[in-house]
This record gives sequence, structure tokens and C-alpha cells, in this order.
Amino acid sequence: MTGLGAELLASAQSFVRTVGATTRFLLHLLALTPAGLLRFRLVVEQVYNAGALSLVIIMTSGLFVGMVLGLQGYDLLQRFGSEDSLGTGAALALLRELGPVVTALLFAGRAGTSLASEIGLMRATDQLSAMEIMAVDPMRRVVLPRFLGGAISVPLLTAVFIAVGLFGVQLVGVQFLGVDQGSFWSQMRGAVELGDVTEGLIKGAVFGVACSLVAVYEGYNAEPTAEGVGRATTRTVVISAVLTLILDYILTAIML
Amino acid sequence: MRPSRTIDLSTGLFVLLGFAAILFLVTQITNREFSLGTSGSYRVNAQFENIGGLKTGAPVSMSGVTVGRVESIGFDMDALKAVVTLRIDGRYDRIPEDSDASIFTAGLLGGQYIGITPGGAEEFLHDGSRVEFVQDAIVLENLISKYLFSQADKGKATEPSPQE
Repeated sequence: MTGLGAELLASAQSFVRTVGATTRFLLHLLALTPAGLLRFRLVVEQVYNAGALSLVIIMTSGLFVGMVLGLQGYDLLQRFGSEDSLGTGAALALLRELGPVVTALLFAGRAGTSLASEIGLMRATDQLSAMEIMAVDPMRRVVLPRFLGGAISVPLLTAVFIAVGLFGVQLVGVQFLGVDQGSFWSQMRGAVELGDVTEGLIKGAVFGVACSLVAVYEGYNAEPTAEGVGRATTRTVVISAVLTLILDYILTAIML
Repeated sequence: MRPSRTIDLSTGLFVLLGFAAILFLVTQITNREFSLGTSGSYRVNAQFENIGGLKTGAPVSMSGVTVGRVESIGFDMDALKAVVTLRIDGRYDRIPEDSDASIFTAGLLGGQYIGITPGGAEEFLHDGSRVEFVQDAIVLENLISKYLFSQADKGKATEPSPQE
């Protein structure tokens, strides 16, 4: 019984320590950010890696999420004879929840893993130590551009996801199922406010920072072995996903 | 340096696409059409006893055509009435001064909007003027209670209940 208690205490302690270390890591990165933005080239390269290369998966997923939303929404709404509200419902669902959350989950799977394993492998093959020996700060040279690239990319990817998703809704609802095009758009415009768009983009920005932070932190602190890099990659996806959903609840509660 | 230029190109495309998507979301699916060209519009005030569920951004319509939006809703402590500021598109600058503004409900469950019925005056509404003739929002609960009380009164008048 005491053994279990001690174990619980130890794991709680290590959890708190990880939270502390991650926060310190984030503050360190934020302190370096102004200088990091001056080394524009490195950041652009990472926006390419994290953002531009994720575009295909984001757009494909967005299209199909939107199409499913169109089908399900139509099926539900036509029971009440209000299928004209399909645009409103789908737009609000995409803007507020589906867009930011699904984008963040896909980003964690597509880009977060590659960031974590790349940095972890640098750690395992002593490239980071080699940089330190050459008086190059790996935080500045390796970690920061990847963090910034990810944080910049996610809000943009979110916007693309939502726009493509709406196209998918429109495709199924208006073109396939025959919802009236005029009332689809006008009801949507009547109900959607600028605050809904900002909410989606703020969520995207927060998730972007969170997912990128988890990825670079796990990679940077990976055990320098093949197994350690693998574990860091897994942890990145798991922690990013859970963190995204928890943050989503908190942000929704604040902004609703 | 060819690979670097390809990276620049795709990154640029990605960023532009992202901003285009944001622009699309902001301008095409929200009800912000009037806020973009605020220069060609004017404000008119109206005081109501009860505005019901009217919200800022609600349409102001004349004969069913949207001519403006509700810009702000406040409360006047002196008159003890709700003050609604309407922003009307500059294209509609010859609305007679004695027009009346009423709060209507779109459909059974729809949102509320302000309908303007033109009057016959020679003077027109201009920036800062006040609509004198108003009709409050119809609150369903008030109607029901009025109906119920009138029924109860009628019942009392014709056949007094046995308890009395």
C-alpha cells in the first residue's frame, strides 16, 4: 500500500516537473523569438516543412470532413424541414471546433512527429553537442525555427481547412442534395459573426504553439537512442492530441 | 541555390493561400458587408420601450430590402428607454422624416429586425436624426398573459365562480 502511494507520489512529482520544464523551455523559446525572426531563412524553411508540405493532407481531410458534415447535417435538418440552415450549422461547426481541432490533430501527426524525430535523431547522433562545441546554440539554430515554423503554419492551415471544408459542405448540400444555394449562403452570412472567425483563428494559433512546443520539447529531450527517439515521437502525438482537446475545452469555455 | 528557390515559391504559395482563406472567411461568410464601406452611410437613432431580442448587426429593412444594420443598442437613463442606433446605407438617403420604425420577427423562430415604413414628409432622415414613430417588439409572453387575463375577466363577468 505504501509502495503504491510512493509510486503515485513519484509519478505526480515527475508530471509536475515535466510541466515546469516545458514551461521553462517555452519561456526560453519566447525570449529568443525576436532574434530568431531575424534569421528569416531558417524560419521560412520550417514554414515550408511544417506548413506547405502539410497542405495536401489538410485540404483532402477538410474536403471530406466538409462533405460528411453536409450529408449528416442535411439528414438531421431535413427531419425538421430546415435544411436551409445547413450552411449556418456547418459553418459554425467548422469555424469553432472542427477546423482548429482536426487541423491541430493532423498537424501533430504529419509535422509534429517529423519535428520530434528529426531533433531527437540530431540528439542521438550528437549533432546537437557538435553544434555546442562550435559555439552554435542549438536552441537558436535548430529548435527555435522549427517551433516558429509550426506556430506560424497552424493558423494558416486552419483557415485553409475551414475554407475547403465549406466548399465540401456546399458541394454535397447544394450540388448533390439540392439545398437552395441562395438561402444556404444568406442564412450563413446572417448567422456567422466576425467573432466566430476570430475564435477559430485564435484556437488555431494556440493549438499551433502547443503542438509545436510539445514536438520540439520531446525531440530535444529525447533519450539519445533509437528507442528513445521512437518513444519521443509517440509521446509527441499522444500529448499533442490530449493537450489540444483539453485546451479546446478551456478556450471554448472562455470565448463562448 | 535552386532547391532554396523552390522552397521559397511553395512557402509563398502556402502563406498566400492561408491569407486568402482568412480573407474569404472574414468577408464572404460573415455579415460584415456594411462595415467595410462605412463612409457612405449615416446614423439614425430610435427610442423603444422594449426591444425584445434585437441584437447589434440585425438588418434594417424597408419593404423587405435590407437598407442598413443595427449599429449599437444602449439605454437612455433620462428617457428610461432603449436607444437603438441604425446605420443606413448612403444609397438610401431619401427616407421621409416621419417614417416609422418597428421591431419585427423574421419567421416564427427567426431573429428580430427593424422594419421601416416610409411616411409622407418632405424632409428626409439624415445623420443624427431621430425616428419619432416607433413600434416596440412584440413579446410573446405579454401577448399570452394579456389573452389569458382577458379570458379570465370575461369568465368572471358572465358566470361568477361558485367560491365567491
